[in-house]
Amino acid sequence: MTEFHLRTPFKAEDVQKLNAGDVVFLSGMIFSARDKAHALMREKGAPVSLEGAALYHCGPLIRGNTVLSAGPTTSGRMARYTEEILARGVRAIIGKGGLPGAPFLNRAVYLAYPGGCGAAAALQLRVMGVHCQELGMAESLWEFEALEFGPMIVAVDSHGKDLFRDVRRSAEKQMTR
Amino acid sequence: MRTRVIEATVRALMQAETRLPSWVMQRIEEAASLETNPVARSHLQFMLENVRLAEEGSLPICQDTGLPIFHVQMGRERVLDFSLQDAIAEGVRIATSTIPLRPNTVDPITRKNSGDNTGPGMPDIILDHVDGQSLKITAYPKGAGSENMSLVGMLNPADDPYDFILKTVSERAANACPPLFLGIGIGGSFDLAARLAKRALFNMPGNSPQELQLLERLNHLGIGPMGLGGDTTVLGLKIETAFCHTASLPVAVNFQCWANRSATEVIL
Repeated sequence: MTEFHLRTPFKAEDVQKLNAGDVVFLSGMIFSARDKAHALMREKGAPVSLEGAALYHCGPLIRGNTVLSAGPTTSGRMARYTEEILARGVRAIIGKGGLPGAPFLNRAVYLAYPGGCGAAAALQLRVMGVHCQELGMAESLWEFEALEFGPMIVAVDSHGKDLFRDVRRSAEKQMTR
Repeated sequence: MRTRVIEATVRALMQAETRLPSWVMQRIEEAASLETNPVARSHLQFMLENVRLAEEGSLPICQDTGLPIFHVQMGRERVLDFSLQDAIAEGVRIATSTIPLRPNTVDPITRKNSGDNTGPGMPDIILDHVDGQSLKITAYPKGAGSENMSLVGMLNPADDPYDFILKTVSERAANACPPLFLGIGIGGSFDLAARLAKRALFNMPGNSPQELQLLERLNHLGIGPMGLGGDTTVLGLKIETAFCHTASLPVAVNFQCWANRSATEVIL
């Protein structure tokens, strides 16, 4: 378990050196998107360049330009979009609950931010811009500047390890005992 | 009186969204001191830190400020000459703009957001009549992450309801922001089991031998905080039961995340 302090955009070697269980604090631009923003990107393309980007599954609570609460949302709802989001260049998906690991192999990581910690997350984020505002506050694509955003756990790495899958398998084994 | 209900609703929501009940904090603190997995321990400590930051800054603990669910206990001697539903809805609208809350309620088909956390059927008010004349309003804002993982099973009476609960938690916990609180309804009908499970969340935590045994079995699953492994999977659970048909065994599991938010205001 190593602790990393990284900056976006992600480089190939950033992804490569992360292993499941490592702790990451991230600084630089990150983009929020949830259900509707993903559907819109499928239809019309991304309003920002996602090359090397960190995409945050989050529906923030924002007043004016101030982030009040912005913890992660359940990533599983966006699982159907993982392949195309990574094909657009995203190298880190941030969320909670995990995603199937196969699409991440050799190119990207999944970072788990502690769920329900919206107040703490808000203090690590600044609003830099917003797209697709017609989708409403929670569903818009927000551009945030992150300052030491974390702690996040590398839950799915680019080498085929998936902590959520391992924990689920071990729970199943425990149940049949 | 209507104004007092509206104001009590706003106060209850403000309290529930920005701080946790002391017994919930105690459960998380205890878990953090006993947890042996370092990642799990750091998560529990970060959750506690998050609540402290929310309290200091009057910020919502979680950006998912939830669906407006209320438990109202109304004294039988009390007569209201206004709609309780409308008054609480007004309180929700005011709280949405003042706290503020994230606008969460949408039409289920068009997905159009009302913008103020109300709409047909919302707020959801669970009403009990009790002795006396006081009016007790408990705000129980419910986030979607945990609610989405909840499940009603229409079991065969020959099935073991505890096996169903274990399987449900083991498959679904990671998405529900564990360590969890579980409201469990056993018996009744399809919808009564679900309502019992929701009511069980209001009556948390249970301390019967069956409840404590189930708690221990669930914590042996090793799912841990946020599903990343650890000793702490469930912080508390409560089972509510009702008689059911001889041919039925309905079992409902209502998941609640670690941020088990609620706050009560009493109007005398």
